[in-house]
Amino acid sequence: MDKVKVIEIKKSVFADNDEDAARLRSELKRRGVYLLNLMSSPGSGKTTTLIQTLKRLEGRLRVSVMEADIDSDVDAIKIQEATGVPSIQLHTGGMCHLDAEMTRQGLDNVALSDSDLVILENVGNLVCPAEFDTGAVRNAMILSVPEGHDKPLKYPLMFSVCDLVLVNKTDVMPYFDFDMDKCREYVHMRNPKAVIIPICAKTGEGIDAFADWLVQEVKNWKQQ
Amino acid sequence: MHELGIVFYIIRDVKEAAQANGVGHVDAVVMDIGEVSTIIPDYLQDCWRWAADKEDMLRGCELKINTINAVTRCGDCGAEYGTVEHGKTCPVCQSANTWLIRGNEVEIKEIQVNDNN
Repeated sequence: MDKVKVIEIKKSVFADNDEDAARLRSELKRRGVYLLNLMSSPGSGKTTTLIQTLKRLEGRLRVSVMEADIDSDVDAIKIQEATGVPSIQLHTGGMCHLDAEMTRQGLDNVALSDSDLVILENVGNLVCPAEFDTGAVRNAMILSVPEGHDKPLKYPLMFSVCDLVLVNKTDVMPYFDFDMDKCREYVHMRNPKAVIIPICAKTGEGIDAFADWLVQEVKNWKQQ
Repeated sequence: MHELGIVFYIIRDVKEAAQANGVGHVDAVVMDIGEVSTIIPDYLQDCWRWAADKEDMLRGCELKINTINAVTRCGDCGAEYGTVEHGKTCPVCQSANTWLIRGNEVEIKEIQVNDNN
């Protein structure tokens, strides 16, 4: 009978990505660039929120955008046309998330010396992107009112890795059974430190607060 | 859906380990997968078969999965309980001050090779 030799490995599958991400973060730190990883489910209003926010950041921060999708370039074109902010489109080729290596490849095509802030719009998905550290300084996510206030209970990892939760589409609150207090309670169960900002990309509610948060974050990152 | 991405990570790590040990072909890879790691073993197996058979070193290589039960510990009363059954709330004292102590693993435990190759 053939003898079987066992080679012990005992290594987390995520270990290499975590190291890559930490390396990328320290490179960005050295160059004074702040990377925000923005996540959400499809249709929560990421692109519309970005367009509104970018308009309010004009003259305050130099921003670049990386749009990640499985396919198409509609988002990058939409952002660039609406705001004039340089935007590139990343295709994940069927993958449901970005990892640190893919993020690095994307950043190679961004003018980092002309950027204070790079916003990475991750693939619309509440599960997989939360597993992979992209090398971003902070994780943010958008939860929209029609999705329901129970999402932090159903997608615990996403809410525990996010430093900022934007609750979007507040203008439709009267038509949905969305309980903002419950939403806050559930988000804080997952991450007691998460900042929550109710916004409406359509009416502009809360967008100034989000823009101010970004300006402060970038300032802290450059000073630290 | 992220299982395919995970499989590519596993393949990279296994190939590295095999090369470092002078192994030409790997016959089995043993994984420790936590119950609440969000990995679905069936999907992982399907993705593994599709991707591993494209690599000479891993053609026909079996993926063996050990499931690690998820256990949560209560910071208030010290109880340890099954995470899948009770979630984040301690069944003994109803506290929410609890944390996962195992069950989140996605680890390559070992690789097995035929000693004749």
